[in-house]
Amino acid sequence: MEKDKKNKVLLIGSGGIKVAEAAEFDYSGSQALRALRDSGIKSIVLNPNVATVQTSYTMADSVYILPISSEYIKRVIEKEKPDAILPGFGGQTALSACLELWDEGFLQAKGVEFFGTSPDGIKNALGRADFQRLMRKLKIPVPPSFGVRSAEEGIDAAKRLGFPVMCRVSFNLGGRGSFVAHSLEEFESSISRAFAQSGTGEALVEKYLSGWKELEYEVMRDKEGNTAIIACLENLDPMGTHTGESVVVAPAQTLDNYVYQEMRSMAIRVAESISLIGECNVQFALNPNSYEFFVIETNPRMSRSSALASKVTGYPIAYVAAKLALGCRLHELQNEISRSTSAYFEPSLDYIAIKMPRWDNKKFEMAEDSVGSEMKSIGEVMSIGRNFEESLQKAVRMLDIGEEGVISTNEAIKAMSKGEAVSALRTRKPYWFLYAAKAFEEGAGVEEIHDATGINAFFLEKIKNLVGKYAEFCNLKEDKKKEIVEFMLGLGFSEKQLGYKGPGQKAKHIDTLAGEWPSDANYMYLTRNAILDEAEKQDGKDSVLFLGAGCFRIGVSVEFDYATVMAASAAKKLGKSVVMLNCNPETVSTDWNFSKILLFDRVGAESVISISKSFGVNDAVVFTAGQIGNNISEELHGSGINILGSGHKAIESAENRKLFSNIINELGIKEPEWESVASVSEAVNFAARAGYPLMVRPSFVLSGSSMGIVKNEDELRRKVLGIEKRYMHKPVVISKFISDAEEADLDCATDGKSIIGVPLFHIEEAGIHSGDSTMQAFPTESKEAKDREHVVEKMKRIAESLVERLRIRGPFNLQFAIKDEVPYVIELNLRASRSMPFSSKATGTEILDYAMKGCLYNFDWDGFYNPKLKAYGIKSPQFSWAQIKGAYPCLGAEMKSTGEVASFDKDIDAALLKSWISAQPNRMPQKGALVYGNGASTETLERELEDRTSLKLYSLEGFEASRGAETLSEKEALNFLRDKTIDIVFTDGHIPEKDYSVRRACADFNVPMVLNSRLGLGLAKALGAKTDANELKDYW
Amino acid sequence: MSERNDVAYLVLEDGSVYPGIRFGSHSNAEGEVVFTTSMNGYVESLSDPSYKGQILAITHPLVGNYGVPEKIRRNGILTNFESEMIQVSGLILGEITHGSEWNSEKSLERWLDDENVPGISGIDTRALALHIREKGTMAGIISSSKEFNKVRNYESINFVEMVSIKQPLIYENKGPKIAVIDYGLKEGILECIYSMGYSIVRLPHDATEEQVLSYNPKGIVLTNGPGNPLLLSRETENVAKLMEHNIPVLGICLGHQLVAMASGMEIRKMGFGHRAINKGVMELHTGKCMITTHNHGYAVFGDVPDGVEISHVSLDDRTIEGMTIKRHNVITAQFHPEARPGTKDGFRIFELFDYAVKGFIGGKR
Repeated sequence: MEKDKKNKVLLIGSGGIKVAEAAEFDYSGSQALRALRDSGIKSIVLNPNVATVQTSYTMADSVYILPISSEYIKRVIEKEKPDAILPGFGGQTALSACLELWDEGFLQAKGVEFFGTSPDGIKNALGRADFQRLMRKLKIPVPPSFGVRSAEEGIDAAKRLGFPVMCRVSFNLGGRGSFVAHSLEEFESSISRAFAQSGTGEALVEKYLSGWKELEYEVMRDKEGNTAIIACLENLDPMGTHTGESVVVAPAQTLDNYVYQEMRSMAIRVAESISLIGECNVQFALNPNSYEFFVIETNPRMSRSSALASKVTGYPIAYVAAKLALGCRLHELQNEISRSTSAYFEPSLDYIAIKMPRWDNKKFEMAEDSVGSEMKSIGEVMSIGRNFEESLQKAVRMLDIGEEGVISTNEAIKAMSKGEAVSALRTRKPYWFLYAAKAFEEGAGVEEIHDATGINAFFLEKIKNLVGKYAEFCNLKEDKKKEIVEFMLGLGFSEKQLGYKGPGQKAKHIDTLAGEWPSDANYMYLTRNAILDEAEKQDGKDSVLFLGAGCFRIGVSVEFDYATVMAASAAKKLGKSVVMLNCNPETVSTDWNFSKILLFDRVGAESVISISKSFGVNDAVVFTAGQIGNNISEELHGSGINILGSGHKAIESAENRKLFSNIINELGIKEPEWESVASVSEAVNFAARAGYPLMVRPSFVLSGSSMGIVKNEDELRRKVLGIEKRYMHKPVVISKFISDAEEADLDCATDGKSIIGVPLFHIEEAGIHSGDSTMQAFPTESKEAKDREHVVEKMKRIAESLVERLRIRGPFNLQFAIKDEVPYVIELNLRASRSMPFSSKATGTEILDYAMKGCLYNFDWDGFYNPKLKAYGIKSPQFSWAQIKGAYPCLGAEMKSTGEVASFDKDIDAALLKSWISAQPNRMPQKGALVYGNGASTETLERELEDRTSLKLYSLEGFEASRGAETLSEKEALNFLRDKTIDIVFTDGHIPEKDYSVRRACADFNVPMVLNSRLGLGLAKALGAKTDANELKDYW
Repeated sequence: MSERNDVAYLVLEDGSVYPGIRFGSHSNAEGEVVFTTSMNGYVESLSDPSYKGQILAITHPLVGNYGVPEKIRRNGILTNFESEMIQVSGLILGEITHGSEWNSEKSLERWLDDENVPGISGIDTRALALHIREKGTMAGIISSSKEFNKVRNYESINFVEMVSIKQPLIYENKGPKIAVIDYGLKEGILECIYSMGYSIVRLPHDATEEQVLSYNPKGIVLTNGPGNPLLLSRETENVAKLMEHNIPVLGICLGHQLVAMASGMEIRKMGFGHRAINKGVMELHTGKCMITTHNHGYAVFGDVPDGVEISHVSLDDRTIEGMTIKRHNVITAQFHPEARPGTKDGFRIFELFDYAVKGFIGGKR
């Protein structure tokens, strides 16, 4: 079945989670690894993203936590001598890296086969101009366009096409650098940034097809040309909105058979033209007023949409694509869901699936808060229902943005006039459906909203209908309301929103064949539009319901998926059967193959209670669900659900600052002095007592939203007022900020008595959000560990007393600020933490495994067990500055990073260097360093750079003069950044009034930035380090 | 969501009752209840004569999203409908929608109203599909009462004679003539044959050997059609006679089954039939696979006589999907190469037929 048997295959991951490259590649990579294992092939994975499931040994035979660069891939190939490389499962990052090795001839020289679609095919697909040429040659319709290689050529092309035009960039992802220009001025202002984002210095200027429908076909093709379409996804947002930013419905809803099939045939021809082996997506623009359509692009690799299409249909695209890459033919494979029919078919759906993006633009200072041709969203959810309204409103709830459905409860939106709502739609504010509903409520017509958004009237009618039905409902007398509650719930309104409970939800299978064949897999969703409940009672004793973390956002990412998968795997090993609940299509936990039953639905109390009842599962794990789990634990407990691990009382004691404060005072544990204040004057009074600097934050928020440090009364007043305005007068928490403290984490698991724990120390000082800090795990025998022995002992004692006092069970994470060897407790999280994948992989001891065991059994040791470390582990944040257009890059108390990467080495400098380089766009600087704003550290930093590198040093006008550096004006600095004369920037602090344009230029031109002096010093020292490239296990 | 609050029931032969909301005609519907998993193409499906006598359930929950277009006729052949009218006796939906696209002439509901066909929405069509899958196809009615009134046995009714044309019809083209025997044909078949340049003579289902031959056809197409093939002994005999002339024959769906019967093979009713547009079929001699459209409640089973080769099989359950009888120049497809709705993958069958016809013409000369 497979071509001449391979023994060993190397799979490249996609690195740190960033906008447009998220956990969907962990999912596809993991499926590919499973396919390799099923074929008896040894797998090697290279990925610096330590928080992924694919870098655990549950999936791969060998794991390399290393940067995705040709240098390191080569080192791994030299060492492992794989037979082939799988480049198509790690996003654009992996594909580009593998193509580079191919172009150099390295893979050929080493006899490493390039699996899947050939390099030539890939280049034809990804080079915008080559692709257009190929399409024209084959008479496949593409929009009028010109490939350009300079700003001048671009301007010329735009003039010839006539405005508006769309500019697209070659070999990149997330539409970075792409833009729509309605005038020459707009075009000129964006074209150079576009080139900076292209891997090959090439862009495409095409006629902008404003208001056209956008569709995506997912094509599967084997080496013999057998082809099937797995899904057709219809974007609600028209052309011009990046698909990652669009609300997407599947199956396509507004296409008739003729045009659907015309595009299907065309998609197959596109796949043929690049000799696809595996899977690609083909994007189409369809004229809403005729059958005219154009092919826009194709991506010959696993993508966000292929992951989505897998979850939408139940068809394991990545698994099958990996098998096809190994040489299998489509029809030889089995439909994994039915287990009786062939994998060569086109899934039929008897439900409506909707994907909805989640943005966090507001977390970024000065970021553009509009939706466009570049992807900015951080996460996504998928909802499944039996009608459009149900799916749409469920999706809104899944986003966890405080909305119950399309009818907003946000005060600002509620207060809008029709004109304001329409204007929000015209300026393309995120979450357009909230504004559309508001506009309808204020009397707008479908035509008017269609004009403002370009969204098909079919969908708008449905939203308008929801608004009308809700208004009718609200005007009914109580007894009349009761009569139509079930109907309203069927339209996707929530019980909470209506104020009434309805009959329970029913479960239905997703079986790829719309019920035509029995399904072997239990991939299910909940709906209120059904008479038949397909839920089957489970053995209550042996089943555990696991809650995933839902939508990714700043602060919740793949690490929670990792925790979910690891804890559930541990439960399986302990003989439990796993019922999984999650709604994030990018995740491994929502691979139906993983659980006994997968429920793809909202992670919320309503669905958990419903599932618990209809499936007869009473034990639930919520510590894997991030903050959501903790937030609903009390309600679940109240409904009689047994929460494994820390109970809701322990959770409340840790979450409620006042309660927590009382407890730790009782235990004699130190914390920074703090107070919850309700007014500016109370805040000023506290400041008078405690002294500056102070840390200010709203109570009850995640990942440090709106958190900040203030140094004087003026700043304090502004901050408190700002929070009050944004959070509508919730109390504000002010605490004494301990300057120049070292921040540390303790990642632990406990059985209620004994503890296993790993201490981690941050490079950046306390005050920088832990998610944005560089974390270090020190070898047990190292000087760094010895120096901290006493303080670690104190941290352990604190952990022990808290476990006892709060009755903690399962995983927990303690955060400390350490000053003069005194650990002050900053936070206790009774759930899986962001750093647990890292602490687990640094020590070779799976914390989540122990966390699960600790929930069910007792450990076989007493006291605090601190696993030994042989090597240094360093974890670095991955930022998405380039993608979050306009955002001011800086570090502070509020989290900004979107992901993380890590590295391990015998040498601390080498570990830091490798870890830092692993985050994009970081790379070894070759030419010049711009150093400014580092205060007292500037001189040391410069000396280190002079001693260890041959970089030319520059400083910026208006900052402290430095020794050997050439001072640049802002304009000069910008030019040097653009032409990469400066290829690294060291700075610190928050000074947008002085350096916004410089930092922004770094982001836009992909120049690495170091935004903290301590990290800068560490890195400067590390720049010359000699790194090793060992397998993860070798560091244990 | 239907605005009318007109409660109706789908009542099945086995007594199961599915309450819903009525749309379309107020009359009752009766027929064999079948389901299709095709997610779009409702205009083509509803006008497909093969559905005569059947109440069609569509498993995808939203139907009507792009309305119903104006009929377009090219060279006398309908390009966007499979026949002049709605052929199903009733329609069962999760939700009837009132969508409208640039080419819509009316809404789906309006179409059913106009043609006096009843429908019911608000049905858990997945529950219904699972029921039929497990219990087999059965009769049902859409009515205002929950009672099941005995209906005529679907298997005993000759639907072919109801849907076939009564008089021959000629479609002139530049190429030689193909005789298309209409057992309830889909216009898509005519379009495919015509697109290859052939002139067409469309003949009634009971056209005799002499009548067919009188047109001196260079090829014969036996079309799809509704109902129980076992009732068609006269047609089977005619097919057997026609095959003896070695004029290239293409049998599609019912036509495939007639060829099988004419060759002495067995036809049996399936549990719940194949009605979908997503099925993998393999062409055995090349190994080439295609995604095809299916709509049949009966299939060819049993031993394969000498001279008959199985050319295509279903990848799912190895159902016979196509045959060739070399000595008689016959090719058949159980699936629908004309699709509508469905993919264009199957067009290859028409190309094979074209090849056979050209060979036949060449040989004759």
